[in-house]
Amino acid sequence: MNTKRGLLPGAHFLNGDIACAEGAVAAGCRFFAGYPITPATEIAEHLSERMPEFGGIYVQMEDEIASMAAVIGASYSGLKSMTATSGPGFSLMQENIGLAVMTETPCVIVDIMRGGPSTGQPTLPSQQDVMQARWGSHGDYEIIALSPCSVQEMFTLTVEAFNLAEMYRVPVMLMGDEIVGHMWEKVLIPSADRLSIVNRKKPKVSPEEYLPFKPDADLVPPMACFGEGYHFHATGLTHNEHGYPQTQSAETQFKLVHRLCDKILKNVDKIIKVEETMLDDAEVVVFAYGIVARSALSAVRKARAEGIKAGLLRPITLWPFPEKQVAKMAKQAKAFVVPEMNCGQLVHEVERWTKETPVTFLSKFGEEPHTPLEILEAIRRSR
Amino acid sequence: MDKEILEHPLSKYLRTDMMPNIWCPGCGNGIVLNCFVHALDELKADLNKLVVISGIGCIGRTAGYTNTDSFHTTHGRSIAFATGVKLANPELDIVIVSGDGDLFAIGGNHFIHAARRNIGLKVICVNNFNYGMTGGQLGPTTPLDAVTTTSPYGNSEHPFNLVHLAAASGAIYVARWTTLHVRRLTQSIKKMMQKEGFCFIEVISPCPEVFGRRNKLKSGMDMMEMFKKVAVVESFSDPARADITPDKIVVGEFVDIEKMSYEKLFHEKIAQINERAMEKVS
Amino acid sequence: MPERIKHKPLDSDKVPQPKAEIHIIKNQCKGCGYCISFCPKKVLEESEEINARGVHPPKVVDEGQCIVCSFCSAVCPDFAIFVTERKGKEESKA
Repeated sequence: MNTKRGLLPGAHFLNGDIACAEGAVAAGCRFFAGYPITPATEIAEHLSERMPEFGGIYVQMEDEIASMAAVIGASYSGLKSMTATSGPGFSLMQENIGLAVMTETPCVIVDIMRGGPSTGQPTLPSQQDVMQARWGSHGDYEIIALSPCSVQEMFTLTVEAFNLAEMYRVPVMLMGDEIVGHMWEKVLIPSADRLSIVNRKKPKVSPEEYLPFKPDADLVPPMACFGEGYHFHATGLTHNEHGYPQTQSAETQFKLVHRLCDKILKNVDKIIKVEETMLDDAEVVVFAYGIVARSALSAVRKARAEGIKAGLLRPITLWPFPEKQVAKMAKQAKAFVVPEMNCGQLVHEVERWTKETPVTFLSKFGEEPHTPLEILEAIRRSR
Repeated sequence: MDKEILEHPLSKYLRTDMMPNIWCPGCGNGIVLNCFVHALDELKADLNKLVVISGIGCIGRTAGYTNTDSFHTTHGRSIAFATGVKLANPELDIVIVSGDGDLFAIGGNHFIHAARRNIGLKVICVNNFNYGMTGGQLGPTTPLDAVTTTSPYGNSEHPFNLVHLAAASGAIYVARWTTLHVRRLTQSIKKMMQKEGFCFIEVISPCPEVFGRRNKLKSGMDMMEMFKKVAVVESFSDPARADITPDKIVVGEFVDIEKMSYEKLFHEKIAQINERAMEKVS
Repeated sequence: MPERIKHKPLDSDKVPQPKAEIHIIKNQCKGCGYCISFCPKKVLEESEEINARGVHPPKVVDEGQCIVCSFCSAVCPDFAIFVTERKGKEESKA
């Protein structure tokens, strides 16, 4: 099956969901298992058409729990796999996200956030799942979560999500929102040779010597797949380097959980990405992500036009949280403004790292994101 | 690890460094594992293509004991996981070994859809009538009036008839045996491994420590003696009437048909679409 | 499937009975008793010794009576017993 077939390089007018789907295909994703849910359904619909064109697999599972399980199964069979959902489905997937963490399965989970809790507002945006992305499953673990603010980023960050998943053998969340998912913008798709793609490390030893959960120096074990002759075992139970359950050993549990976390924590400098706009001399820092960052950028520009030294710190990586960047700006700035489309989630992380620097939180959700003027007001007030 | 296990002719199919298994004396799980590896041996199965997937439960430890690629999933999700594996690599032979609660309570939804799709998964359900691993709670196959830790006054729920459920959902091979019917179980496993599509074997198994003890079947031997007395082979009888009562356990093969598997259908279609797409580009 | 033969076969004098060699992996045994109870020729019984699991593994009473049906091997949950056939020329595993 030829997989080099048309990535559609060039300029396109797409909506965010479709851009995300195209990003997945461009990254080499060849398995999608999902369940229809507004506002992520378009990703599934688009991939049901595109996957077979590449010889890839689209399967609609009976629920989101099954979707996440199938994604892990396909990843262990050697395919880059993903699913896409929204709040209610994301909640259902949490147990198996924990399984993906424990079995170090590379995979991508897209959450196009909508109003919650529960069934909430299926067709309207929010940023109410960002804490859930970090803490949704039980137990101690770390994940990587990215936040696109444009349709272009729905494409590029999906590719980035796959690369990070393959590199660190973790589930990576792409936290979009209903607006970024449904709006239509211009997207530039590079040709295949201009895209940087990362694939998982494969074992270099013979099957007899292979230990499926023995890490390399970067704390990530090479990953064999089913059918390659390695005869390995993987389990969600606490396990040793053989992959065999070893639930009664405190030492095994301590080492394993710490390694799963350190895989990410020790590599934060390589993982975390932020976008800094006009921050060099900023006295008021706006910390915004996703669709809100678009309004925030406009607000910061307007503030500058009024002579206020404002700047925008936009986390592209929500988790691990860019604490160093926030702490650094906190020393310089006189105030932080954090607009979020929720009751206050990432703002608590910001407050943890800004220490004495005052933080103004702007909560708005239910239909529209904050307008630039609303954020500008807050910038003016916070000086 | 006792090296003596290596003397056993079937030890090459086992992860001998994990032996002895965690199962209680008299537990039927070991018998199912035994029949399974006997079947693999008789088939001269290619162990590089075999993936054993199990759920949570005592029987779920089986995946850790077979010397093949294996995966121990979250509770109830082995079938959904296996669907992803099979679709991603249809060349793999996938055997799911799990329990009555894992497959039919929490996992019930996944079971019926996989059977409906006729995806080539081979499911062995070891039915011990309760949730053994967690101490003996009632499950979807617990007989009426049975005593379990969560039905101390006797179970008031009607149990599933698993072979009826599997047949009605679309499985192309359905059989039920007990752990006493070791030869026939081995033959059934061999048969199902050679079929294309969704296959299901229910194995009635003793759980002496937590189920039997509370229900007048104190040892594994008591239950096996019961199987000897009340099990009746009625192959190809109506699965809807394949009852399990204290006086009669109907065993046998109930369904054995041919139907194209989901993964075959699916991949043929993908190949066609892929080809058409290639033509457009070139 | 071999059917249970109720009568002694007419040529039983001419067909040699297989010579069994019963192997018991004592420390694998958990003492369930299935091999002992279900042996059609009552070749096994519980031994006096105690193994590493704290139970009495089976012992062979009369290996000559064994017909290499291998039911014990098939029904053992712990891979603790298997039977091979002494053919004189070579052993074949049953």
